[in-house]
Amino acid sequence: MKKMSKKNKTNLITYGMVLVFYLIMQGLMMSGHMSSLMKGLMVPLCYYMILAVSLNIVVGASGELSLGHAGFMCIGAFTGAIFAVTGGKNLPPMLEIVIAIILGALVAAVFGFLIGIPVLRLKGDYLAIVTLAFGEIIKNVVSAVFVGLDSAGFHFSLKDSMSLNLLEGGEVIINGPQGITGLPRNATFTIGIILVFIALFISLNLLNSRHGRAIMAIRDNRIAAESIGLSVSKYKMMAFVISAALAGAAGVLYSHNLSTIQATSKNFGYNQSIMILVFVVLGGIGNIRGSLIAAVVLTILPEKLRFLSDYRMLIYAIVLIAIMLLNSAPKAVQWRSQMLDRLHAKKKVKEISKNE
Amino acid sequence: MKKFMTAAVAMAMAMSLVACGGSDKETASASTSNTDSKEGATFVIGNSGPLTGGAAVYGNAVKNGIQLAVDEINAAGGINGYPVKFVCEDDEADAEKAVNAYNTLKDQGMQVMVGTTTSGACLAVCAETANDNMFQITPSGTAVKITEPENVFRMCFSDPEQGTKAAQYISENKIAQKVGVIYDSSDPYSAGVYENFAATCKEYSLEIVAAEAFTSENKTDFKTQLQKMKDSGAELVLLPFYYTEASLVLKQAKEMNFAPIFFGCDGMDGILDLPDFDKSVAEGLYLLTPFSAESTEEPTASFVKNYQEKYNDIPIQFAAGAYDSVYVVKAAMEKAGVKPDMSVSEICDAMKAVMTEIQVDGVTGKGVTFTKEGEPNKQPMAVVVENGAYKLK
Repeated sequence: MKKMSKKNKTNLITYGMVLVFYLIMQGLMMSGHMSSLMKGLMVPLCYYMILAVSLNIVVGASGELSLGHAGFMCIGAFTGAIFAVTGGKNLPPMLEIVIAIILGALVAAVFGFLIGIPVLRLKGDYLAIVTLAFGEIIKNVVSAVFVGLDSAGFHFSLKDSMSLNLLEGGEVIINGPQGITGLPRNATFTIGIILVFIALFISLNLLNSRHGRAIMAIRDNRIAAESIGLSVSKYKMMAFVISAALAGAAGVLYSHNLSTIQATSKNFGYNQSIMILVFVVLGGIGNIRGSLIAAVVLTILPEKLRFLSDYRMLIYAIVLIAIMLLNSAPKAVQWRSQMLDRLHAKKKVKEISKNE
Repeated sequence: MKKFMTAAVAMAMAMSLVACGGSDKETASASTSNTDSKEGATFVIGNSGPLTGGAAVYGNAVKNGIQLAVDEINAAGGINGYPVKFVCEDDEADAEKAVNAYNTLKDQGMQVMVGTTTSGACLAVCAETANDNMFQITPSGTAVKITEPENVFRMCFSDPEQGTKAAQYISENKIAQKVGVIYDSSDPYSAGVYENFAATCKEYSLEIVAAEAFTSENKTDFKTQLQKMKDSGAELVLLPFYYTEASLVLKQAKEMNFAPIFFGCDGMDGILDLPDFDKSVAEGLYLLTPFSAESTEEPTASFVKNYQEKYNDIPIQFAAGAYDSVYVVKAAMEKAGVKPDMSVSEICDAMKAVMTEIQVDGVTGKGVTFTKEGEPNKQPMAVVVENGAYKLK
């Protein structure tokens, strides 16, 4: 009984943190005490948090190194964007984004499943390489494809927008490398935070469920897990698909926050995948709350370092290394626990002296 | 004593404010004293562009061009008597980062945006400026949809215009009939020019015999594309992309003994200034550009001289476009008679209204005017490389 409540307590703290973050930010925004930069960063913070949480399911719980997470984000972003400029054009913004998120998550999940079939047969480094390749393939295919819509339906081409042969009144939807333009900016901070809560709910509940324990058992000892009858491929696939779906939802949020999306190596390439992995690693592998904090800090940091102009990325890298060392170098961990002990000791002394 | 001074300054400020409310003549005389007493009253012009990464050459050129123009304007007494401040942020040529950069610029008090440098980022930012009703002029964003909002203008030619003008020029001067195109399919600028060129080719009875693409990940070996051009019998090869890749194309074509007429767009400008570039391979290269650093005409000659003195570098057309954009902003501000204490939206409305009335003699064109849609009216110059130097055609 007591053990359960402890787990619930940590989960509640995580939910509470997000809620407090939302209330403070919303309060600052309402009272006009927030800079334009921070206002603009609110939705990005939400989707980076979701991406960090979703990747933590694969990397933390399932123990697989996936380097193609931005690919699923890309699929979600383009699915959501296509819906926004076709079916969702005349819907009210709220309804449009909800349907787009569901669609984006579903399509990303389907791709997660398809890619998962060959990929999850691999282990360790091989899995990392293949996911990296799939992420790049997705980005490159999306940036090469031309899609048009006219009265006869959808047209596809890999050459150029002229070979779509659109009828009169037809519209080019994805214009190859020029991507999709004219998107409605329906994403708001509130929708983003609700999505963060849903992502948290799904991932925390999964990890604390029977399935979650099975996934972690496979991570810890595959042979032992198989010997007690757990289906390795089923549970690995479950973690991978859920993670892909959440990344797809984050992608929809991304595409609904900008008026244009293009599949470039900057936003959906391996750099982005590694960025998300950095959130997870810095926040602590398997630690959902940590990855939330890391996503927030590491998204705001480069923006707040703008005053350093050209040295910005250099300093950012140094900060990353410093955090990494402080978090996990044995000496640093030792020093940290010493400091904590000292703090506790002081508190105790104070309490004792007070009681006396 | 100090208190007395403060009071005196406050009085002077109050007086000048009162004067502002008076007739036009009075405002003109008061505006100079206004700047003396009010230190904070400046126009803030903002720009964002890729200052780091692969496209940093263009971002920095634009930044330098704006800085040069702003310094000149300030030395000559500012705009409407107010000094101009220039703020610039890095956007890494990425849409998401560009919106962050835009918001940062807004926090720094930006009133007018001269930017952004790249098309993709500009498409995201122009939706933001339209939302805030901030006046924006892009020196080098070529994508068509950038100027869709009413508040956004453009200094360079748009993609379709470049494509159409190239087709028109080739046909009217009877340079070639059979045309081949090599383009960068991963670059919106290059793909945009190609598409519009191809679309207008029929009109000018040009025949595209081959169209080959490459991507930004694979832009060092062009032998396959060139071989296809050669096999198809193209008399002219259009290269609608930037000069760094184009220099490789020219070099490899020479190695293959393939010598058609090469034709570039405004991204080709600057090719002769590349370090270690064998100028003989560019012999006979045509390029359609609004700007030529070789020009001896004013104001171009003094612009090139000042730019070289300041940055020790020959300006490319990005810098020239940025330099002109600032003067366009100045002309519009003077015509509209805006003041720094007006709100961003008021400044934008006033400037928007006069944009079609102004005419600017810049380094990228003489007597440039603007349409209501935000496009510039100016003629591109055809330049041919002869004896290792640009020559106006």
